[in-house]
Amino acid sequence: MTITKKILIAILTLLCTLGFITPGVSADDDRWSGLKQAYFGDREIRENADDLLVLEAPTRAEDAAIVPISVKSLQPQTPDKYIKNLHLIIDKNPMPYSANFHLSPQLAQVDLATRVRIDQYTNMRAIAEMNDGSLHMVTRFVKASGGCSAPAGKDMAAAMARLGKMQIRMREVTLGEPTQAQVVISHPNNSGLQFDQKTRGYIPPHFVKEVTIDYAGETLIKLEAGISISEDPSIRFEFAPQQHGVLTAVVHDSKDMTYTADKEI
Amino acid sequence: MPLFFSILSLFVTTLYFASPAKAGDYVLHPVSDGIYYHQGVHQDATANNIGAIANVGFIVGEQCVAVIDSGGSYQEGKLLRNAIRQHTSLPVCYVINTHVHPDHILGNAAFKADNPKFVGHEKLPAALASREQHFVRQFSEVLGTAEEDIEFIAVDTLVTPEAPLELDLGNRTIVLTAYSTAHTDHDLTVFDVNTKTLWTGDLLFVERIPALDGSINGWIDALESLVTVDADKVIPGHGTAFDAKDTAGWQALLRYLTTVREGIRFIINDMGTIEEAIATVGTQEAEKWKLFEAYHRRNVTAAFVELEWE
Repeated sequence: MTITKKILIAILTLLCTLGFITPGVSADDDRWSGLKQAYFGDREIRENADDLLVLEAPTRAEDAAIVPISVKSLQPQTPDKYIKNLHLIIDKNPMPYSANFHLSPQLAQVDLATRVRIDQYTNMRAIAEMNDGSLHMVTRFVKASGGCSAPAGKDMAAAMARLGKMQIRMREVTLGEPTQAQVVISHPNNSGLQFDQKTRGYIPPHFVKEVTIDYAGETLIKLEAGISISEDPSIRFEFAPQQHGVLTAVVHDSKDMTYTADKEI
Repeated sequence: MPLFFSILSLFVTTLYFASPAKAGDYVLHPVSDGIYYHQGVHQDATANNIGAIANVGFIVGEQCVAVIDSGGSYQEGKLLRNAIRQHTSLPVCYVINTHVHPDHILGNAAFKADNPKFVGHEKLPAALASREQHFVRQFSEVLGTAEEDIEFIAVDTLVTPEAPLELDLGNRTIVLTAYSTAHTDHDLTVFDVNTKTLWTGDLLFVERIPALDGSINGWIDALESLVTVDADKVIPGHGTAFDAKDTAGWQALLRYLTTVREGIRFIINDMGTIEEAIATVGTQEAEKWKLFEAYHRRNVTAAFVELEWE
């Protein structure tokens, strides 16, 4: 190797370190294989399952603390074949395993949306676990950073004043027709990663752990969630009410508080 | 080989000139008698612009000087301090921070030797405490070498929305008014009584797209009252200072915020989604603002999660 080549390599290394040249994805692949092993063990996961799932997320998020994402299934939920669980994994978040949606075959179609925090440029994965136990994954890369340690709340006073307030929002329903509904709860969803300079300590985690959505006595969705979910957690979903009934949402948080809301249809 | 070395030298030269701007380049414009400001560039903060993206400046009284916002880096603070020294040898008695954003406060440390009072809204200390760590992380990435010597200085003199604070600079009274949540939850304006000059901080953005970090409803309310202030000159947080008779700057910001609010309210009332709002609301404003692409959708996101709870 000539001296010139050595200098060139040294400069390229410098440029890479300074971030002028993006290194390859091998480190990301390593991270995922570790996460896969931790969450799914040796189970086989079919990758690029674009025939089954569509994961939508902005390529470049505008606000790392509020990144709207959605997951749709391209196949209907039927009693014989349905998505039993939808796992959401954000590789580089402090708690990568971000959400587990337990889904009923009663949902005619899987069409879910929520808002998440993103801590670094990262891969995000939606993994469908079918009722036969098979796993199918789609992946998106999202550019955003700082969402998990970002200061909570632009107006903390207003946010704390409405803590626990809930809304169920939906259009007028036609029985038998699919309709969109949104459950949203006012909650700081403190990640435990926000540092309070005054007390020289971290603001204790206080986040929504579980949201259960029932219609007419049947559970449609149960979400187990963590600190990747944005402040004021929101779940939007599609369902097709076949008869009149009551839609209820019950929220449990990490301080064992329970909040409920319902809506008659 | 010659090509290789010329690329290398270009790289080294760029690094060299990216380091601190010269005092001669740091121009202060007179606005009224004894009032000067440096106009920030309409860019995101970088090592090249040393974070000098906001309007900063000073008011000279007969006894001392009040600095209003200190700059987006320690280096900008030093340039501002040198510029003040070229105008007057009076001491700097107050450094006023209109709000917590880094382009307005990171120069504070350059004035430490003057031993001034640091003045801000009563909620500024909490806002700084909760963001400090975030800023350090973010700014070591964006500011590069200009981030060196960062030191956050907490304000020691606080202003509440209920009681505006009058400060005397020697035959020159300035009035500091604190606001309830608007652009942020701790905005402060400064009014020079002698010349009727109003420093708005970031309650007013001119030319540059505003950044919403508080409440869209609160900001519209604050603007509607600010536009009626009896002033001769206005110095916005970003953009060119102007004669108060010309209300175009105020009107443009009000139009932007009300357009965004009405668009989002329509979507929320129609049970539409945040994604729809981000994609469609306010896009007709794109040609009217610098850096629109960088901040607009973020503003819509912030406004949506506020207006969802109306």
